[in-house]
Amino acid sequence: MTAVRPAVPELVEPGRTGGLAQVLRHRYLLRLLVRRELKARYQGSVLGLGWSYVRPAVNFSVYFLMVGVFLKMNRNIDYFAIYLFSGMVLINFFTETLHSTTRSIRGNAPLIRKVYLPRELFPAASTLVSAVHFVPGLLILVVGALATGWTPSLVGAAAIVLALAVIAVLGLALGLLCAAYNVFFRDFEQVIDILNIVIVWSVPMIYPWMVVRDAVPDWALDLYLASPLVTAVSLFQRAFWFPAAARPFELPPHLFTNGVISLAGALLVLGLAQYVFSRKQRRFAEEL
Amino acid sequence: MTPSIVVESATKRFSLRHAHSIREVTIRMLRRQSRYERFNALDGVSLVVEQGTTVGLLGLNGSGKSTLLKLISGVMRPDAGRVRVRGRVAGLIDVGAGLHPELTGRENIFLNAAILGMGEPEITKKFDSIVAFAEIERFLDTQVKFYSAGMFMRLGFSIAVHTEPDVFLIDEVMAVGDPLFRVKCREKLRALRAEGMTMVIVAHDIPLLKELCHRGVLLAQGRVVFDGDIDRAARLLVESRTAPIG
Repeated sequence: MTAVRPAVPELVEPGRTGGLAQVLRHRYLLRLLVRRELKARYQGSVLGLGWSYVRPAVNFSVYFLMVGVFLKMNRNIDYFAIYLFSGMVLINFFTETLHSTTRSIRGNAPLIRKVYLPRELFPAASTLVSAVHFVPGLLILVVGALATGWTPSLVGAAAIVLALAVIAVLGLALGLLCAAYNVFFRDFEQVIDILNIVIVWSVPMIYPWMVVRDAVPDWALDLYLASPLVTAVSLFQRAFWFPAAARPFELPPHLFTNGVISLAGALLVLGLAQYVFSRKQRRFAEEL
Repeated sequence: MTPSIVVESATKRFSLRHAHSIREVTIRMLRRQSRYERFNALDGVSLVVEQGTTVGLLGLNGSGKSTLLKLISGVMRPDAGRVRVRGRVAGLIDVGAGLHPELTGRENIFLNAAILGMGEPEITKKFDSIVAFAEIERFLDTQVKFYSAGMFMRLGFSIAVHTEPDVFLIDEVMAVGDPLFRVKCREKLRALRAEGMTMVIVAHDIPLLKELCHRGVLLAQGRVVFDGDIDRAARLLVESRTAPIG
């Protein structure tokens, strides 16, 4: 008989801890989960991580050829390729985050049923994986923008940071909600995938925002411009495309103010999402 | 003695959901059919486990043994009553739940150990010992999906016993694996018991329970029907198999 454990910890209720703060405390595990997801996804595939270049490249080529060349959008918009791509990398980041976070709890069902972990770890890991996939696109965007004579500026950098913050916070927040509801309604993930198709067209990425202004009544335009996604995409275009574009182009009004409001709104939604998730997660183990 | 696990009249209700999709939910709501069917998996169970004791949970299938373990581990929360635990809880609840087939043995050791609550320095320190106990040296850099069932289970068990938790939960794990390794597991558990670890074991293997446990708790239909001497609990279980109690 050895080892009478020196410090006697308190009696606590297991499974009580949670919240995104716990994710920060489990950084090491989070890192391993992200690595696992990246490895597992590309294991045994020819290109490996290269696929995260191929998908956006094909996506981009199709839109550029159809909308830019055939529908002649590149006559209205200087450097249409940069315009399109700057919106596309950001929106891909968002839709991919939604897609994978929604599945993150169900996808880890065996683990969640057996071991207690702060369940926020899984949506957080999925968001980070999407962020990793976002990096190659961002690098290509920078190279492309430099090729069109773009010079980085302080205002541009601020726009990038603000847009990224809005997308990441909102993606994680909605991802937490969707992941929780997907446990209870198995077809929730289908709804999200359909929503993602709409999201791509709900932002001024393939078309300029002015076509919306000229087509809809004022209240609808206000609604459109209030979308944090529209603001984030416009901020990205402001950063990477706008400075080099020669033709006169109006950016949506009050872009930075809207950006800050969007970020505040996204943080609010994140707080709400975390609360809903922490209540829902009590029944995860029995529902999965 | 200090108690390690305190369960106070814990009740766990399961609702068997009939509807799992938006379509089914809508149909059932329109028809005003119930969407749930409730039953008590645990019904006012109280249990105190002192530090350093090994308790065997016995009972027929569906008597609530695994549910009780899940409440203690925190995977599930009681609907009524309270469950409290002192220190780190780790479980051998389904060996290898955290093993990922696409990752190598080495990667899985780090991942699974982190899942069970170890930090990076601790894992690095225990790495060689985990590998040696699991006897997988040659296959360390092979993907786990190519492992035999025995190797898989050895790796899972080895990681779990190296967690050195304050409370160790073991659910039906001794049923698998090759006989030689089973003997090794048994010895390891006996060593952990001697070191003063608190353990709760669920198994159908009565000789094993008699050997390891200080105390037996017999559950029937979600209630504790006997709590005391392990031999007596085992005898009651055998009797209940022929004539149900509860």
